[in-house]
Amino acid sequence: MNAIERSIQSAKPLWGVLGLLAVWWLVWKIKVADPVLLPSPQATMFSLWSGMTDGSLWHDFVATVRLTTVSFLLAAVIAIPLGIFLGSSVPLYRSVEFIIDFFRSTPASALFPLFLVLFGTGDLSKILVTAFGAGLVILFNVAYGVMNARQTRLLAAKVMGANKLQTLRDVMFWESLPQTFIGLRNGISLALVIVIVAEMFIGSTEGLGHRLVEAQMLFRMPEMYAAIFAAGALGYGLNWSSVMIEKRIVHWGGK
Amino acid sequence: MALKLAKPEPPMAPPPEDSRGRNPELEERLRWFPPNTHITIRGLDKAFGDTTIYEGFDLNIPRGKITSVFGPNGCGKSTLINMISGLIPYDGGEILFDGKSLSETHISYVFQNYREALFPWMRAIDNIHYPLKLMGVPAAERKRRVDALIESFDVPIDFNAYPYQLSGGQMQTICIMRALVVDPEVLFLDEPFSALDYEMTLLMRDRLQKIFQERGTTMMMVSHNLEDAVWLADHILLLTRKPTRIADMVAFEADRPRTATTVSDPEFVRVQKHCLEIFLKEASVR
Repeated sequence: MNAIERSIQSAKPLWGVLGLLAVWWLVWKIKVADPVLLPSPQATMFSLWSGMTDGSLWHDFVATVRLTTVSFLLAAVIAIPLGIFLGSSVPLYRSVEFIIDFFRSTPASALFPLFLVLFGTGDLSKILVTAFGAGLVILFNVAYGVMNARQTRLLAAKVMGANKLQTLRDVMFWESLPQTFIGLRNGISLALVIVIVAEMFIGSTEGLGHRLVEAQMLFRMPEMYAAIFAAGALGYGLNWSSVMIEKRIVHWGGK
Repeated sequence: MALKLAKPEPPMAPPPEDSRGRNPELEERLRWFPPNTHITIRGLDKAFGDTTIYEGFDLNIPRGKITSVFGPNGCGKSTLINMISGLIPYDGGEILFDGKSLSETHISYVFQNYREALFPWMRAIDNIHYPLKLMGVPAAERKRRVDALIESFDVPIDFNAYPYQLSGGQMQTICIMRALVVDPEVLFLDEPFSALDYEMTLLMRDRLQKIFQERGTTMMMVSHNLEDAVWLADHILLLTRKPTRIADMVAFEADRPRTATTVSDPEFVRVQKHCLEIFLKEASVR
């Protein structure tokens, strides 16, 4: 009895999913919406499955993962050290804060034309515009993490004789990690958004964004829904992985 | 580490006495170094904005003794030890340790907030290793020194745990060990017990006394609690309201080890009463 109760408890997250599928199926069954616009759940799942196994959806999925990952890593590699550097001096950060906040608030999609002109229509443009958007989010979080480092810890390092560089490396970097991870999590979500939009509008031949637009133009609705779900799963997976990595690295967080 | 000579340089031959039998050079030297003094503070100035805390403040901290600092709120108790230990700058005056500057002296500092003073990303043992690492001590030597320290402390702590897995008393013990591992010439303690419960405070001050008896390290402790301040101290430095002056430097000479019953000892009661009277005169409660 207990084991059954437990498995019912642990299955809780599935209830909502099953409920949604049931409503979807019902709406499709009684034909509330045009069946061309709303295919059945089973047709969509079949399209998702076949697309992933025959390679067509899988190919686009991998292309999007690749672009997102490369852009995100580029953003992180530049933004983390730069954020620590800027954050270690409050007057310095204040002097660039407006620029950071301004471009952080500018929709990255508004920058597409500029990056297209500067870097052409290839992957380079997409990577750079994504890294720019995600990088600013990471940068500002890292800098704030450093600026909000516990004063006592910095003093402890100072009284033990740590120099500027040692304090930066041994204390400020670690102190900023919880906030850095908030930036990384927001950054990777934003990177995925920018990549998908870029694939839709910057002359692409692959990627989930390209696939979505193509399926929509050709009215291949199950294929379009399948691509949406693939993108959703990708976003969820990226977020989940960053939470897991964060838990492992920032083990002291919130304690 | 180069030892700077006393300042001003001590004369090689006994200096000549003047007509009235005074010896100005020796007097000048003794102004800096009265016998048995470890830390000399001369003409210290400190202001926060328009508020003057210290002006022309002179103080001698005796060598190999525990000096408690006690006084009304906001009189600058912590400010004083923070200036001496170099955590905050001062506006004027000079502070010397045996004639050496701070940068030529090994000091350690135990903070009130142990949770924020330790590095939670390091295990307890690595926290203790860290100051030695900063000093460039090789790993094998480091391990030897930390092991010896752990043995002398003889406390049931899991040194492989992270700080947040330990109790408050254990964390403060790790802080004290981290401070002692470098064999400091002076140990500063800023209200080290104020975040601990009474039982843990008794244990920790006993532990601190044991360390002091074994090592004889000069200690300077800020305390909020008069009982702790007197119990541990050889001298209680009583400060006035700001601008801060020395209200009194009271000696408490009870034999060590002092025990939990020392607090009912007539001499303890007398000293504590005396300190309290001066404190009440200075504090705004009255």
